[in-house]
Amino acid sequence: MTLGPSDRVAEVPPSGIRRFFELAEEMDDVISLGVGEPDFSAPWGAREAAITSLERGQTSYTANRGMRELREEIARDARRWNLEYDPDDEILVTAGASEALDIAFRALVNPGDSVAVAQPCYVSYKPGVTFAGGEVIDVPTRVEDEFKLTPEVLYEAGADEADLLVYCFPNNPTGATMNREELAEIAQFCRANDVAVLSDEIYADLTYEGDHVSIAEFDGMRERTVVFNGFSKAYAMTGLRLGYAMGPSEVIAAMNRIHQYTMLSAPTTAQYAAIEALRNCREDVEEMCAQYNRRRNFVLSRFEEMGIDCFEATGAFYVFPECPGDDAEQFAEDLLEAEQVAMVPGNAFGEGADGHLRASYATGLDELKEAMDRLERFVS
Amino acid sequence: MDQPDELLELLCENARYSTGDLARLTGRTEAEVEATIDELEAEGVIQGYTAIVDWDEIDDQRVQAHVELNVTLDRETSYRDVAERLAGFPEVQGLRLVSGDYDFALEVEGDNMREVSRFISDKVAPLPEITQTVTHYIMETYKQSGHRFDDGGDDDRLSVTP
Repeated sequence: MTLGPSDRVAEVPPSGIRRFFELAEEMDDVISLGVGEPDFSAPWGAREAAITSLERGQTSYTANRGMRELREEIARDARRWNLEYDPDDEILVTAGASEALDIAFRALVNPGDSVAVAQPCYVSYKPGVTFAGGEVIDVPTRVEDEFKLTPEVLYEAGADEADLLVYCFPNNPTGATMNREELAEIAQFCRANDVAVLSDEIYADLTYEGDHVSIAEFDGMRERTVVFNGFSKAYAMTGLRLGYAMGPSEVIAAMNRIHQYTMLSAPTTAQYAAIEALRNCREDVEEMCAQYNRRRNFVLSRFEEMGIDCFEATGAFYVFPECPGDDAEQFAEDLLEAEQVAMVPGNAFGEGADGHLRASYATGLDELKEAMDRLERFVS
Repeated sequence: MDQPDELLELLCENARYSTGDLARLTGRTEAEVEATIDELEAEGVIQGYTAIVDWDEIDDQRVQAHVELNVTLDRETSYRDVAERLAGFPEVQGLRLVSGDYDFALEVEGDNMREVSRFISDKVAPLPEITQTVTHYIMETYKQSGHRFDDGGDDDRLSVTP
């Protein structure tokens, strides 16, 4: 045969962010509000634990599911969200939450199964479904709902016919969060229509109003939900590549079947860092969270002063303003060209995002101030 | 006074944040921020504002020293009395009573090493309560008042990521 991509791969377009990234990389003095990762480094305690593990020569594989000690810490930590999982067979440690999501699609989706994807969303969900041979049902959320998921938009999109629903709250790119009442309605929808849920909660710790709630805590939901989380966002450990999935044992076993043949085990050094992070780095997380929250207040106030409409995003480190121009893609390019400020056009994140821009406030305050001043100059 | 802690934290981070920015950051009005700062100043919670300067950057030759002092007290003389005398000298930039092997930790600053040495030998050591001085000249400052003197590393993240 001639080497070439499979139909499945050819079907998936390259990430919409790619072109914009290339534009921004070519320019000097760019202040980027386009970065989807923390500007902090991992807490020193976690880094130090990683270094110590290397000094001790702890560089071999771990158990496929991840180190027992780490799974125990993850189980303990999950109780903060009223979730109870058995570290023996209900938790799988992966190379980032992205791996966990990918193997969940592959472990759960049969060819032709339909997966409802709440959007706008992280760029890898739809390709993940396609790679697994599933059919995507687009579920655009709406600005008038502050980009929350509602039974109404689910029914409208035909998600009641779906086998699986995947979403992320707190949300990338919108910063939207879901409270207990709102999630209860989604839980009701899923039970009524026999839809299983992949709940990406990677930004759970970055919730600024009220507490994060997981759909898995509702009656009848634990057995139909896989919860995804990790260390990239709250612990600023993106490059260490460590996430995890929690769910019913048979689902975790199925995911582990793929994991053991592909990844074998998540990075060992990162696992040592993560144990320390969960045990002793809560204060670091709270401090980072407090700083994000101040920046969020700052950016939202500045948008308001500029007359840019933006709902009050209450999670992650993104705000999702309405684009002051007609065409968000053009606006983002012009802004980059004229003022060297990078914001990502919303449509890079799927349906329902047209006319919006994602602005990440995972950027130092001085830069954020400068970026807002430049934006103000540009729109006035 | 409502939640002054966050404002104090922000002012310690950067005392030059405008009241407008402090208001934006904390979700309060500018008037509230101003009133709280006025109150904190009036109550002596905020004792002053200063700049953190890396003098090496402008080739300033000034010299700083950390001086350990041991004192002996009697019925008429307390730590506070000794501190009063020491704090009066403009060369003394910082003065703290500490636990451990010595009593006072002094931060002394002068135009050059000789000036600092003279100050210790002529003004500090002769005080009747002082029994011992140990002077440590500062050779390099890496971090001061929470601020690192290097830039803390460039942002090596990719400029746009999902």
